[in-house]
Amino acid sequence: MKVSAVITLKKDVLDPQGKIIQQALDGMGFKDINEIRQGKYFEIDVKENDPKKAHKIVEDMCKKLLANLVIEDYKIIGIN
Amino acid sequence: MEVNEKVAIDHGLKKDEYKKICTLLKRIPNLTELGIFSAMWNEHCSYKSSRLHLKKLPTTGKKVIQGPGENAGVIDIEDGDAIVFKIESHNHPSFIEPYQGAATGVGGIMRDVFTMGARPIANLNSIHFGSPQNKRTKNLLRGVVHGIGGYGNCMGVPTIAGQTSFDSSYNGNILVNAMTLGLVKKNKIFYSKAAGLNKPVIYVGSKTGRDGIHGASMASASFDEKIEEKKPTVQVGDPFTEKLLLEACLELMAGDSIIAIQDMGAAGLTSSSIEMASKGNLGIELNLNKVPCRETKMSPYEIMLSESQERMLIVLENGKEELAKKIFDKWNLDFAVIGKTTKTKNIELFFDNEQVAKIPVNTLVENSPMYDRKWKKSKLPKKIKFEKEVFSNLKIKDILQKVLSNQNICSKEWIWQQYDHTVMGDTIQKPGGDSGVVRVHGTEKAVAATVDSSAVYCWAHPLTGGKQVVAESWRNLISVGATPIAITNCLNFGSPEKEDNMGEFVECVKGIGEASKYLEFPVVSGNVSFYNQTKEVGIKPTPSIGGVGLIKNYKKMITMDFKEINNLVLIIGKTEGHIDQSLFARTILDEKNGPPPEINLFNEKNNGQSLLSLIERDYIKSAHDISLGGLITAVSKMCIKGNKGIKIKRFKSLISEIEYLFSEDQGRYIIEIDPKNLKEVTKILNKNSVHHEELGIIIEKEMIINEKTKVTIDELKSYNTNWLTNFMSS
Amino acid sequence: MKSSVITFPGSNCDRDMHVALKKFGFNNKMVWHNDNELPKSDLVVLPGGFSYGDYLRCGSMASKSKIMQSVINFAKSGGLVMGICNGFQILVESGLVPGVLLRNKYLEFICKNVFVKIKNKNNPYFKNLDKDIFEFHIAHNEGNYFCTGDQLKEIEDNNQVAIYYCNDNGKTDETFNPNGSLKNIAGIFNKEKNVLGMMPHPERMIDKSLSGEDGSLFFKNLINNIK
Repeated sequence: MKVSAVITLKKDVLDPQGKIIQQALDGMGFKDINEIRQGKYFEIDVKENDPKKAHKIVEDMCKKLLANLVIEDYKIIGIN
Repeated sequence: MEVNEKVAIDHGLKKDEYKKICTLLKRIPNLTELGIFSAMWNEHCSYKSSRLHLKKLPTTGKKVIQGPGENAGVIDIEDGDAIVFKIESHNHPSFIEPYQGAATGVGGIMRDVFTMGARPIANLNSIHFGSPQNKRTKNLLRGVVHGIGGYGNCMGVPTIAGQTSFDSSYNGNILVNAMTLGLVKKNKIFYSKAAGLNKPVIYVGSKTGRDGIHGASMASASFDEKIEEKKPTVQVGDPFTEKLLLEACLELMAGDSIIAIQDMGAAGLTSSSIEMASKGNLGIELNLNKVPCRETKMSPYEIMLSESQERMLIVLENGKEELAKKIFDKWNLDFAVIGKTTKTKNIELFFDNEQVAKIPVNTLVENSPMYDRKWKKSKLPKKIKFEKEVFSNLKIKDILQKVLSNQNICSKEWIWQQYDHTVMGDTIQKPGGDSGVVRVHGTEKAVAATVDSSAVYCWAHPLTGGKQVVAESWRNLISVGATPIAITNCLNFGSPEKEDNMGEFVECVKGIGEASKYLEFPVVSGNVSFYNQTKEVGIKPTPSIGGVGLIKNYKKMITMDFKEINNLVLIIGKTEGHIDQSLFARTILDEKNGPPPEINLFNEKNNGQSLLSLIERDYIKSAHDISLGGLITAVSKMCIKGNKGIKIKRFKSLISEIEYLFSEDQGRYIIEIDPKNLKEVTKILNKNSVHHEELGIIIEKEMIINEKTKVTIDELKSYNTNWLTNFMSS
Repeated sequence: MKSSVITFPGSNCDRDMHVALKKFGFNNKMVWHNDNELPKSDLVVLPGGFSYGDYLRCGSMASKSKIMQSVINFAKSGGLVMGICNGFQILVESGLVPGVLLRNKYLEFICKNVFVKIKNKNNPYFKNLDKDIFEFHIAHNEGNYFCTGDQLKEIEDNNQVAIYYCNDNGKTDETFNPNGSLKNIAGIFNKEKNVLGMMPHPERMIDKSLSGEDGSLFFKNLINNIK
């Protein structure tokens, strides 16, 4: 079962990369941006076939390693 | 929220302190005001437990331009040049989030230095981790090293020296101390003292977010089970923005627009504005709606206490706003006039057209609490009587292998190879030597810097330990041919509310003071970090000393690598055989008791100055001070670096071979000289009554001790170089 | 001889490069990234550092800055453009030289001396050098050169590899590859050999008190070749 997860910096945490990318795009003429946040995307193929259990496994991975909960949030965005 | 005693206590204030606030204000503070008091009165900003003792440190001298009390200390290095430097801790944040904690530590100390108008020219660090067996150690080490590198490398400032140690007392509370040196012209130093009325107060740099609200309070609270709850206070560093801020500030400083400038470090806008007002004996009025914010709906409380990084507060000359704004626009940084200086001597905050705080500046600074904490004196431990048979059963080569590969002696190349140590094109002594050395750009001068600590000695006897660290810093500078000028200290201790820990602090500080006074090596800046403990257990007392010295002609710099076959090797200073608290006693014999080696300040000064005069006369080919691991460890490192061997003579000493080789008596150096100069060198040393003896002669590829122990250079290298790399990849 | 060093926000080896160029006789100008026009130059250098913080991809945002159009035109008209470290990354991102620079194989920043071997001296940068193996200095986190198989073939067929990582005897096997670069590639040319990108910093090797002096040989030769 394939699970995808996205990790981003928490809403209130400064995202230096997102900020600078936004400035650069603005400089190139993309004037319609409110905000850019950068994150990491993971595709994890787990052996589990039950979606609920697979979700739980990846959630565990996010909590324990993939995300640093001090500054990051995770979101599981797809299971199939 | 209504303010009461409970809210105050939740802010880390004590009952008495809350009462005092109400008395000073003659009313109950509102929440914003309480937040400001709690930030200003916590240990980190107010030095309430340490001030009384720090006052006793020698802080002046012929070369001192600025002692403690500013963003950093400043010393004179002649020709109109000055060096600005300071060390600071970022221990608690680094334990919670090692990468960001260490990175923002490096960023903070660099800001302290360039706030004074100096371009940073070198970074150093002193980092201490738990035992290698502790399961968190490896990740903490990796995170901290990546964080230090990530920030320093991006800034383009070379990291030229450092110190790393492992000890189980740091298992739950690592130490990350970062030091920066900057170069400035003596007549272009900037201070934080505001002056003049109705001068615009300017905010520049990054926007303000909800980062690290109450970070300064966190740094002053010990870790407990509830550590998770404290997590959101970690800040994220943005070295790129800091690099822009550095260039923009230096560009503005080239003109004459700035009256005062202060970086927003711990307690952000609160401490920076109050600091400037207090020094200038003025008031400051701020309109918080003008503060550039990253997030919506930030309250005055949050704006005042945010610890977002890469921000500065400036008091500008009237009419210079446009000019200043142009510079910050060019560098794509926020710029806002947020207030003005006033004659009221109050800090007054406005938000949505309402006054949200009004506090007399003196209540926050001069009236901040100061405690004479109870402390316990430590006795000098009794000397251990080591049985001679224990020594005679040991094989020198086996011990040497264990000592050289010990985690606290082995090569730290795995770490410093990850730091850019050559950017700026002036690094003439890389990490791994006694001190890092950078040239003063475009001149013949060079500046040497070292950072040292000896937690084991400080733990065994704080007074002696305090003296020893200063002496070691002094020796490390002399070993590269630099004249020691001044130090900065980062005092990492347990809880000041515990008599034992407070006693360690008081006596270490006393020791530091005695040594720095005698050696004319004053303390010009520093920082205190208390509450380094987990649950009830404090760390070993760990004052880190950052020493800075000057080499007038960089071509006379000395390195430790053996240079030439047949040259003679001498020891300066007497080897008495003090084994107690040596690495040998602690790790090979597992004997953790006993006194640290004694510090004889007269000998330290005399030996050091005599060596400097030999260097001045070009007699010294290589030099290295003897410290952890004793004489044979020092010699081994000189062999490894020079890829040459040594034939060590049969020694006539009364002490045993083990004691001779592994004891950690202080005030000693190993030097290499050309045999033709032996007579002259001996004459000078004798004239100065410096104890010295011949150790041996440099040979090829092998170390021979007393004719019976033979170790090849390749063996020495393999003992010394592999531990850390293996540990990190295991 | 006139040279220009471009300063991007976050460049930090721009001064070092300026010092080196001046030392060996160039009349060097510093050029701001937001300028439209390059001053008249015989050589343009994109220096090392962390332009735009190395955010997104190293060199990506710098390659889109205003001055780069002018640099690209200069290169297309045959002008000499040299990118060092982050400058190499900018060249790659702007398409002036082929390939990409990935994160170092062991995921760590590396700062140390390395040896590199020059394979082809038929170009304005290395012509007339009287040795093949140089000791240079590297300091980077993303220097792991990579390109597709087809690209590699083309690069090799056109003699576009400028330098390889090697040992002091010129041996170029994997043991002497500090960052995992494909085929030990440390620097490459464009097809015409007027654009050179390389990870090592010759400007840090221009004085015997520093890491070494092989950079001096490189710069002295370079100015003579341009004259």
